[in-house]
Amino acid sequence: MAESPFKADIERAQRELTEKMTPGAIVYIPGSSVINKTGSWRVFRPEFHRDKCVRCYLCYIYCPEPSIYLDDEGYPVFDYDYCKGCGICANECPAKAIEMVREVK
Amino acid sequence: MPIRKVMKANEAAAWAAKLAKPKVIAAFPITPSTLVPEKISEFVANGELDAEFIKVESEHSAISACVGAAAAGVRTFTATASQGLALMHEILFIAAGMRLPIVMAIGNRALSAPINIWNDWQDTISQRDTGWIQFYAENNQEALDLILIAYKVAEDERVLLPAMVGFDAFILTHTVEPVEIPDQEVVDEFLGEYEPKHAYLDPARPITQGTLAFPAHYMEARYKVWEAMERAKEVIDEAFAEFEKRFGRKYQKIEEYRTDDAEMIFVTMGSLAGTLKEWVDKKREEGYKVGAAKITVYRPFPVEEIKALAKKTKVLAFIEKNITIGLYGAVFTDASATLINEKEKPLMLDFIAGLGGRDVTFEQLDEAFSITRRALEEGKVEKPINWIGLRKEIL
Repeated sequence: MAESPFKADIERAQRELTEKMTPGAIVYIPGSSVINKTGSWRVFRPEFHRDKCVRCYLCYIYCPEPSIYLDDEGYPVFDYDYCKGCGICANECPAKAIEMVREVK
Repeated sequence: MPIRKVMKANEAAAWAAKLAKPKVIAAFPITPSTLVPEKISEFVANGELDAEFIKVESEHSAISACVGAAAAGVRTFTATASQGLALMHEILFIAAGMRLPIVMAIGNRALSAPINIWNDWQDTISQRDTGWIQFYAENNQEALDLILIAYKVAEDERVLLPAMVGFDAFILTHTVEPVEIPDQEVVDEFLGEYEPKHAYLDPARPITQGTLAFPAHYMEARYKVWEAMERAKEVIDEAFAEFEKRFGRKYQKIEEYRTDDAEMIFVTMGSLAGTLKEWVDKKREEGYKVGAAKITVYRPFPVEEIKALAKKTKVLAFIEKNITIGLYGAVFTDASATLINEKEKPLMLDFIAGLGGRDVTFEQLDEAFSITRRALEEGKVEKPINWIGLRKEIL
């Protein structure tokens, strides 16, 4: 399982960032937006079917977040903490290995 | 030694900017303020002022460039008026919200329609809710002095808000008066080198400015702007005191004139205060207990000073060159709100005068006086708002 490239940033931001309002709402901790888990905005969730994947990396390249990483074997891993469910990966996938499924809460 | 020169308020404002040594000036020409950036561009071209002078394609861009430069960490300056200020409107909120101490000179001018290039205060009054500190100058010397004071207050760590200094179109912008230009060294001591503590561009210390705030944070950011403006009241008094110590000229949020035993006090702002004081002298000679007061700082509104003024008199009458369509003049409205919970308050009257550059004459002030005197004698106000000098025959 690939690890989030933001892991160190998340840990640092969680350690350093306070909610204290600064003059001008300036954020003094670089990269601290990683603690804002935008995955909660998602309506549709990409479901990955490994058996259909041809490892073309198009999903990885097109993901605008980016919330798709590659594991050791070159398969995509979806980071649901930040995936907003835009569906670009599913649209681009030539092998139809990604299916958008409505989130049920 | 300070030198004295005969100059227009526009030139005085340019001199003030030169003395404050901003690093970026971005401005767009507009009547009656054009001479301010014109003169500054001369200073820059002559090598008398080491700054970037950015020629922009609109006022919206002028203030946006100042926001960018101030956020990068330098002192900035701009000037505009009327429609130009209105075009800046959305960015004015951003400058205040990002807590950027930009200073701007305004040649107070009426707003269209109909098109009118002459004086009233509708332009700056219409920006009263943007979070900018507002000063109003009575004469050309005040235009220069208040710009220096504006920097001092705006850049104070307790404040960090932008400030505008208004001076009346043509009556001041295009009228020459002797103006004392202070020594550069004294101004340097007064203002100090600009050291941005909150807004800067430094790759070694990266920060994010102009952030998005969700409902969970927006109110707190706005509260802090409001709180900073409240704190500005004290900081302005300190700046006035220090200015007087260094330069010998005294400023107050509200300057009173012959108010001690006054039964009627007339309150105004800007150059009209000069006319008003002379008229008060005339009324005193006629035997009436009349006083005058000039509001120098309109935002933050001088709440305590208005309360103190109200305690001194039986009628408080406002003469103002603006109108909030659908209610009264803004100064009267604000002063009324200030006094609403006071146990004893004077009768209050509002006079709308001098819109679009109409001269406010002694005859018009006498018109206001007769209405005010009637209120005093009858102990009540029939109609709080009156337009004076109105040409009823062409209505």
